[in-house]
Amino acid sequence: MKFINFISNLDKRWIYLILALCIIIPFLFPVGFPMKTTPPVKSIYDFIEDSIPEGGVVLIGADYDPSTMAELHPMAKVIAAHALSNNLRVLFVTLYPQGAGMAQDAIDNVLKEWNKSNPENQKQLGKDITLLAYVPGVSAVVLKMGEDITQTFNEDGYGNKLSELEVMKGIKNYNDINLMVELAGSSVVLTWLIYANGRYGLKMGIGTTAVSAAEYYSYLQSKQAIGMLGGLKGAAEYEHLLDKKNVYGGRKDASIGMDAQSSAHIFFIILIILGNIAYFVKKRKEGK
Amino acid sequence: MFLRRTLPLLVSAIFGIALILQFFVPHPASKSFYNMMLDWLIIVSAFTYLIAVQSTVELHFTKIKRKVEGWQYSIIVLVSLFVTALLGVLGGAFMPTTLWMKIFHSVKPTDTTPLMYTYLYMQMPMQSTIFSLLAFYMASAAFRSFRARSFDATLLLVTAGIVTLGRVPLGEFIYKGLPDVVEWILKYPNMAAQRGILIGVQLGIIATSIKIILGIERKYLGGGK
Repeated sequence: MKFINFISNLDKRWIYLILALCIIIPFLFPVGFPMKTTPPVKSIYDFIEDSIPEGGVVLIGADYDPSTMAELHPMAKVIAAHALSNNLRVLFVTLYPQGAGMAQDAIDNVLKEWNKSNPENQKQLGKDITLLAYVPGVSAVVLKMGEDITQTFNEDGYGNKLSELEVMKGIKNYNDINLMVELAGSSVVLTWLIYANGRYGLKMGIGTTAVSAAEYYSYLQSKQAIGMLGGLKGAAEYEHLLDKKNVYGGRKDASIGMDAQSSAHIFFIILIILGNIAYFVKKRKEGK
Repeated sequence: MFLRRTLPLLVSAIFGIALILQFFVPHPASKSFYNMMLDWLIIVSAFTYLIAVQSTVELHFTKIKRKVEGWQYSIIVLVSLFVTALLGVLGGAFMPTTLWMKIFHSVKPTDTTPLMYTYLYMQMPMQSTIFSLLAFYMASAAFRSFRARSFDATLLLVTAGIVTLGRVPLGEFIYKGLPDVVEWILKYPNMAAQRGILIGVQLGIIATSIKIILGIERKYLGGGK
């Protein structure tokens, strides 16, 4: 009973401290548990790997901000790196002002790491990758892109005319985009699915936070999305797949974070079990 | 009355019906009308930022003026708002502007702009930190409130436990088939429930849209009835 009383009256600061340790220690002493690749992740990887011809275009929607960057930023970097490894062109687009900063950071990071690992196959901003300028309007922007991408943005995020950029050669609208992967932790994913996929038939993949992933299984089954990266694990699975190709030396942020997430999840489950044991023992005692 | 109520209702009805009809008319004139509407929407959306700034400034300025509790934070909000905007206008968003390079001769076109600097080294760590605090509150809340009080609660608790464990490699290490169980839960029971909700929501959106176009739903105009 002493233990039950201790559990029932446990100060929440102890919980905070243990959780902090559960997250910090795995970063210092990584274990690296093996991971199975789930079908929704594999199908996006396989599509980029096998179904897009050289010079094809991958559009990445960076519709997230620093609050969800832990899960979504590794996705942006690894998908962009994968596309570059197959000599595809990468366009970043964002419907949120905050996403522009995220996309800019992902582009800087991927280009730097890529050019460091592949000095014989250097990639350039404006030639292989760019960020389309932020334009307000959310659904109007998605619809307008279906008509004419250059007319929607006019310039890239760096102030260059889209019509003069090599990366934009031959791209008019969604018909010239081979795959769009939308990265967001909000319902903006639906905007892309409804307007870009539903109205214009843009082939789409989804990258979302673990908590939102459950919402999009209907779209996988209806084939409106070819695949999905759900949370940090989805990003880590993709990093493992790209790692096998051995072409990109960038930091594997998602894989590094998986041990911390594993221990935090286990701690959550232990807490729930302990809380329930204390609840039932107390209830039984009160009943007697 | 005409400008505040009748005119907005007329605009909604005319453009709502016109855009529905446009969808079914593949004529070039219809296409050009559609493109014009999209341009208008984008332009109008840009103006909403002005309203947002005006409303934020007004709200915080009033708080400072009346010295309501925590009014000092409002000063920080206003200073941050104007300093960030000024840095963006003078220094550029992703590439330093010519003006910025003229003011600071050592700045190169490839350098990080002051706006991006504030984003990378202030906003990014602050916003990530605030969001990561959620994990601590969730842990404490799960410990105190997540109880198997009824059959429904037990079902939720067991499912949540399986999904939580199955979404990390450690779960797979404990039982190899766990990711497949999680995938099954998400693909079947979860999807069935989600789809039901989605269909309900979409039907609601269609009904509300029709009511707005016909002028039955008028709450968006504000001002009570």
